[in-house]
Amino acid sequence: MSVRSELGGALPPAIIFDRIDKRFGAVHANRAIQLAIARGEIHALVGENGAGKSTLMSILFGFYRADSGRILIDGQESRIASPSDAIAYGIGMVHQHFMLVEPMSVADNLLLGHEGGFALGGGRKALLARLDVLARDYDLAIDPDAIVGELPVGLQQRVELLKSLVRDADILVLDEPTAVLTPGEADRLFALLRDLKARGKTIILITHKLREVMAIADRVSVLRQGALVGTYPIAQTHEAALAAAMIGRRVQMPQRTDDAPIDTPLLTVQNLSARDARGRIAVMDVSFTLRRGEILGIAGVAGNGQTELLETLAGLRPHERGIVRFAHHDIADASPDDLHALGIRHIPEDRLRYGLVSQFPIWENCLIGADAEESALIDRPAAIDDAAWMMQAYDVRPNNPLLRAGALSGGNQQKLILGREIEQKPQLLLVGQPTRGVDIGAIAFIHHRLLDLRAQGVAILLISVELDEILRLSDRILVMHQGRIAGERRAGETDERDLGLLMAGIA
Amino acid sequence: MDALALLQIIESGLRLSVPLIFACLAGLWSEKSGIVDIGLEGKMLIAAFAAAVAAFLTGQAWIGVLAAVFASTLLGLLHGFASISQRGNQIISGVALNMLAAGLTALLGNVIFKQGGRSPPLDGAARLPELALGQSAMTILAISAVLLTALALARTRFGLRVRAAGENPAAVDNAGASLTRLRYGAVILAGILCGFAGATLSLGQAAGFLPMMTAGQGFVALAALIFAKWRAWPAFWTCLLFGLLDAVAIRLQGVSLPGIGAIPVQAIQALPYLFTIVLLAGFMGRAVPPRAAGQPYVKER
Amino acid sequence: MSAPIPLPVWVDRVLMPASALATAALAAALLLLAIGENPAEALAIMLRGALGSGEGIGFTLYYATNFIFTGLAVALAYRAGLFNIGAEGQAIMAGIGAALMIFAAERFTQGLLLVPIGIAGAMLFGALWGAIPGWLQAWRGSHVVITTIMFNFLAAIVSVYLLVNVMGKEGSMQPETRLIADGAQLWTFQALFAALGIAIPATPLNFSFILALLAAFVVWIAIERSKFGFHLRLTGAGNESARYAGIDTRRMTVLAMALSGALAAGMAVNEVMGVQHRVLIEFSSGYGFVGIAVALMGRNHPVGVILSALLFGALYQGGAELAFERPAITRDLIVTLSGLVIFCVGALDQLYRTPLARLFTRRVVR
Repeated sequence: MSVRSELGGALPPAIIFDRIDKRFGAVHANRAIQLAIARGEIHALVGENGAGKSTLMSILFGFYRADSGRILIDGQESRIASPSDAIAYGIGMVHQHFMLVEPMSVADNLLLGHEGGFALGGGRKALLARLDVLARDYDLAIDPDAIVGELPVGLQQRVELLKSLVRDADILVLDEPTAVLTPGEADRLFALLRDLKARGKTIILITHKLREVMAIADRVSVLRQGALVGTYPIAQTHEAALAAAMIGRRVQMPQRTDDAPIDTPLLTVQNLSARDARGRIAVMDVSFTLRRGEILGIAGVAGNGQTELLETLAGLRPHERGIVRFAHHDIADASPDDLHALGIRHIPEDRLRYGLVSQFPIWENCLIGADAEESALIDRPAAIDDAAWMMQAYDVRPNNPLLRAGALSGGNQQKLILGREIEQKPQLLLVGQPTRGVDIGAIAFIHHRLLDLRAQGVAILLISVELDEILRLSDRILVMHQGRIAGERRAGETDERDLGLLMAGIA
Repeated sequence: MDALALLQIIESGLRLSVPLIFACLAGLWSEKSGIVDIGLEGKMLIAAFAAAVAAFLTGQAWIGVLAAVFASTLLGLLHGFASISQRGNQIISGVALNMLAAGLTALLGNVIFKQGGRSPPLDGAARLPELALGQSAMTILAISAVLLTALALARTRFGLRVRAAGENPAAVDNAGASLTRLRYGAVILAGILCGFAGATLSLGQAAGFLPMMTAGQGFVALAALIFAKWRAWPAFWTCLLFGLLDAVAIRLQGVSLPGIGAIPVQAIQALPYLFTIVLLAGFMGRAVPPRAAGQPYVKER
Repeated sequence: MSAPIPLPVWVDRVLMPASALATAALAAALLLLAIGENPAEALAIMLRGALGSGEGIGFTLYYATNFIFTGLAVALAYRAGLFNIGAEGQAIMAGIGAALMIFAAERFTQGLLLVPIGIAGAMLFGALWGAIPGWLQAWRGSHVVITTIMFNFLAAIVSVYLLVNVMGKEGSMQPETRLIADGAQLWTFQALFAALGIAIPATPLNFSFILALLAAFVVWIAIERSKFGFHLRLTGAGNESARYAGIDTRRMTVLAMALSGALAAGMAVNEVMGVQHRVLIEFSSGYGFVGIAVALMGRNHPVGVILSALLFGALYQGGAELAFERPAITRDLIVTLSGLVIFCVGALDQLYRTPLARLFTRRVVR
């Protein structure tokens, strides 16, 4: 294996993926992947959404079986048919969406699957002892009786990680671990990873944040459309090269021109408070204004009230206190169709939950929230034609309005929703996570259109956890932390580090 | 009302609540593991029928109980197969199996007993013997079942995994435990418990099988479960409450209330159903079911 | 990956329900063998009874009328995301409502005006009996399956009370009302055809069959072609898109259940105004539950409902003939079969979908 010579041949690679191939129906998720992960290294796995990184790791962890190919652990061919097999091989995984049982305690979550016997008492004692050791070794203290659902996200991730460490995993796979962390917390996580590496653990890091890759990884592998493009030692590559390898072509990301926004405030929010689904205050005393032709970005780690803020403004959540005015109308408790009548449209954070019905055909999805004509009957042929036109204009592929919306990729679904909302000629557009799970080509398209709208005088409220996106598109930026506005900055006067401090509630 | 009457009501109430307690525990295990079970009614009915048939043919009550457990578990496994292995709609499955049980017991009842579906009256060893205070062995079994359920859920490996399966099945899968085996285990437990419920009905309370003798008790048990917020001991007390209500209602038959005259028998009959609706209407607080209940588990990636 | 594998339309709408029906029929045949009857013979008797004579066909269509109404009721509610098990009880109350309105109106008119009055009374009471569980689901979160089942029991109890104590006919052995006026009685098909000079056998088939077909057409237009129907389907789509679109989903839930109850009322119109001309106890005997099977087999689409209703009508009539010739096989066989059908069509979806997908979608793989 050429990889072995690169590594000096001392130890067999921790993992060798030998021609791993996997299809899901028509989608070729992994194409004969040939990859070796050295023992004791931090190996980053990068690629766009849909490139196949998660699939490969799911195969490693026993969620899926590869169609062909084999996996060698420490040079021996392995049989991984389920997560318990993977765990037996010493593989542990920290998922992007935590696999935690929220109403149960930390200890119960850690015991699950490895209870150590029919009755829980004995296993619990052993676990507590183990936790003490780990707390000492890695500075990873946690209250075993705390209820997981009530822990902050950073600590929940710690529980996820402990699940693997408590089982003595020596290969750790982390899937987009910093998606839910502030930059400060991400730094702490990386310090921990270096600690773990120092103790001989092998770490695979799935991420799309190239800056982090350069900061922490020893080597990086790039996947594109299911195939391995290449594996590079960090010293021999840089961000731009990785980005090019990920995308395979040059994509022009749009830039904001410096049009000054028109000065008329369109949306005024004063002392707005709202509760979340569990009845706790999620939005606390938020105030801001939004002008025509302005993009106001709201940054913050997920879970700090942005979702609830957006839902309240979009008429999907009642407000607790406060005032929301849109051009002399009081809209704090308006319903979505009241808002539509005023020219306010909403691109939801969770497109499958709010914006689309996957089993309905695309042309019917184009009518969701947009069927305000007077007649009681729906003119099918006209609606289908309109949908076809819109799909053309907004680059939704394949251009077939009769397909189920669920058959479209994430990026095309998002473009469809974008088209539907923009074609209603809004004056104010509420946008949540517009490029989550979207391929880079669609990201560029969406950003272009948002900037176009801004130039036409539309006011846009943009909520996103991607700091890149916020910094690139916004005229002004607000940071939310624990339901409050932690700070406000003008574009050009701030950067990731500055925003990161605000996101963490510091300064 | 004197002390003797009060004691009799409590005795009756306890006796009447036994099938409900079993059915409620059955629903508890099933839903805790993530499988919604609307089919408690059908399982109870087919169990009652099987018990009556077996007891009639052999003259032994305990064989009737075995037959009841067998029949109920079989029906439960059908539900399990549809819900777990085939990831089907659990509500439809429950409704369908209820209908199947209703039709099957009527059809077979007519064929076997030839008396329009009912069994001949059972007596002697074919009935469950009465112990003390008007209770049969089933009462003791029911209370033990509540105790065991509460302990098992809180303190055993199986209980922990079942609880996790109903809240976040992916976590169970991820921890390396077999979600399928867990859920089937819960479904089988539910079948066994409904078997006891049905046997109590036809061998303990009535003296044989009557068509549609469950009369909605399977659904009452579900309502009790929701009201008890899916916990074992509150479920016990709720079912006991229903039983006491029934016992009081029976005594009210024919009694005259001032100003209204004789209470119509239909008002008494309607009480359990009305009470169920009131419970479900949440006039006594909102209830949150296990998060994953009713959703088939598909590996999501 | 978690969405059901899409199949060609004809496979989804015809082959799958047919496969499910075949499985259910097979199980029923095994059951018949177990009780010592000959399934082939039973099938022959059923076919003869249902389709072998003009009279049989007439009865088949008469039963189908009931199934069209209850099937539509279940189908409409299902499209709104609600599983209405209460068609049975809604029909009972509708029957009471029709009789009450007709008896009240008989003081003022004896003519044809009684017909729409009776229908209105039926639909009103049916809608109410459906709306209450709908309200409980929308505003209190009470599961509509359990509440509608409770309301079925309550309807039976209430109707017995009314028939025995309030509306009952004097001097009758069984609980029933007196006959409704001639004007309120729907024309039978025999009478209709006789007016055209054609003689057909006497059967309960009456004008409500036409009303049923009309209702199916109206439901189709409403659900598939109207904006209201689109909003109803969005509400039933299983996510928050209805709320996102500005639809008042709570109001829609109550409305859908009310409409569902109003459709189930058609069954009462058939029985009370078309056949028996009075309210008998348990006149709804099981039609509501079979309606669930009819709706599921018909894929909750009005055309499918009509076709399934015809099928089940034939089964019912065939079952009656069978019970007549083989007393051991009671009508409960049809109930059992309905349960099996609902199970196979509704819950075992995946079992048929996977092999059918393998057969039919191979060419789609790139």
